[in-house]
Amino acid sequence: MPGKTKVLERKPLSLAERTYLPQIATGLKTTLSNLFEKKVTREYPEQPPPIPDGYRGVPTLVKDPNGREKCVSCQLCEFVCPPKAIRISPGELDETGETAHVEKGPEEFEINMLRCIYCGLCQEVCPEEAIWLQNVYSLSGYTREEFVNNKEKLYEMGGTLPDSHFKWDKKKSAENEGNPHH
Amino acid sequence: MELWQEILLKTGFALGVISVVMGIAAYSVLAERKVSSWIQGRVGPNRTTLPIIGAIPFIGPFLTRLGLFQPMADGLKFLFKEEPVPGHVNKLYYNLAPVVAMVPALTTMVILPFGQIKDSATGVVTPLILANVDVGVLFLFAVSSLGVYGIVLGAWASNNKYSFMGGIRSSAQMISYELTLGLAVLPVLMWANPPGSEGGLSLVNVVNAQGTLWTAIWQPISALLFLVAIFAETNRAPFDMPESETDLVGGFHTEYGAFKFGMFFVAEYAHIVIGSAVFVLLFLGGWHIFPGVADPWPAGYIGAVLSTATFLGKTCCLIFFFIWIRWTLPRFRYDQVMHLGWVILLPIAIANLILNIAIIAVWDKFNG
Repeated sequence: MPGKTKVLERKPLSLAERTYLPQIATGLKTTLSNLFEKKVTREYPEQPPPIPDGYRGVPTLVKDPNGREKCVSCQLCEFVCPPKAIRISPGELDETGETAHVEKGPEEFEINMLRCIYCGLCQEVCPEEAIWLQNVYSLSGYTREEFVNNKEKLYEMGGTLPDSHFKWDKKKSAENEGNPHH
Repeated sequence: MELWQEILLKTGFALGVISVVMGIAAYSVLAERKVSSWIQGRVGPNRTTLPIIGAIPFIGPFLTRLGLFQPMADGLKFLFKEEPVPGHVNKLYYNLAPVVAMVPALTTMVILPFGQIKDSATGVVTPLILANVDVGVLFLFAVSSLGVYGIVLGAWASNNKYSFMGGIRSSAQMISYELTLGLAVLPVLMWANPPGSEGGLSLVNVVNAQGTLWTAIWQPISALLFLVAIFAETNRAPFDMPESETDLVGGFHTEYGAFKFGMFFVAEYAHIVIGSAVFVLLFLGGWHIFPGVADPWPAGYIGAVLSTATFLGKTCCLIFFFIWIRWTLPRFRYDQVMHLGWVILLPIAIANLILNIAIIAVWDKFNG
């Protein structure tokens, strides 16, 4: 396309430019100033990287503010899990005392971290908000067994979710005092 | 002094000089890693530590951050690694090559003067040198060029095309820049040897002649030519043809590992240390601390130590310059190296020599 191409005129190099020496001096000046710049390295084990909100780390199980398991072992996560990393053995709960009004709970809950792909579908599908992908991003171990997180470990990593649903408390008060709407 | 005492003393001196040069070579490896990191905005080696020294508060962590213990770890690693010998190599020459590369680097330090001692009673000044031979510079160039035989031998014995290419390039480069190197030094030696003097080619003589003015100041062309040539001779970037990683894998040491590679590596850095020392001696006034200030130190051992420290300080600055250049300039292409050597540097060196000869001839005519 004539008219659109702009031909730049190349001026012949001056003698100083042809010796390269001024250019080398400029380059040396640049690298010398870099020498005293602030370092950009993050020194990893001591300085962990900032974790953004909504980060999908290791999946964990959480407890409600009363210290009860939130999981009711509906097994939705087990069914949705694409790599089949989750295995749940449902169990019955003690019908007296603290767990009296809780529907159900898992007897055993295992997540195989060698299979997990950190997709977060389990968290998304959970109706009880019991499984959460949290900030832990580095797992290491010497055996395959170490990578299968059992229930105890999952709750240990998960901690308590400070939510305000109090589902089981409401159920208890509804049973004891009657439903206000009826 | 009896003969055995003298032999013992000389051996002690020699061991001392070797340890200092090898120490500087080891720490210039560290300096290379540190300076390159700093230039690239990184931190560099900062984890290696020693059990007791590293535990001293403040000093220990500071030294660890500086990576001061890293060379020991590197050396031990080279020493204790498995040494596989590939099946396709020529065993004898393959094993011999690192030694051949190492020996010239260690031999040249014999004729390097590194300071002077003034007798407080008589005022006689003795240079500190292992062997003050008349052929000084000539010996230096003759032996230091032998270092390339180690590279070529290793490259050929490796029976690997990349190694071989590296070796060929190295020898071609050595031949090309040796000429410039020699021609750049000649004017310095001519000026250092006025009629009637008997200094010869000794480096001590060259340094003594720089008591009033450093050669680099009034012979900038010679200094520049020599500097460029010494970069090429030591196979340093931007002239690191024999091991250009991007096109030759690792160059001449592709097939080497463990301690044999370590020897090549240390020999390379020893060459840099020696090259820097020679440049300081020839052009930067040796142990004379400033231009125009000729060795202001008092007589006796203190003066000797201070003059040596001056010399070593200058050498370390030049080693830093070598490293600085490496992390600034990209590598030349092979044909550009040859073009620079034969078409540009060599004619300039010859012209520089002829110019100096003419000036000396005119000078002698009107003053002599």
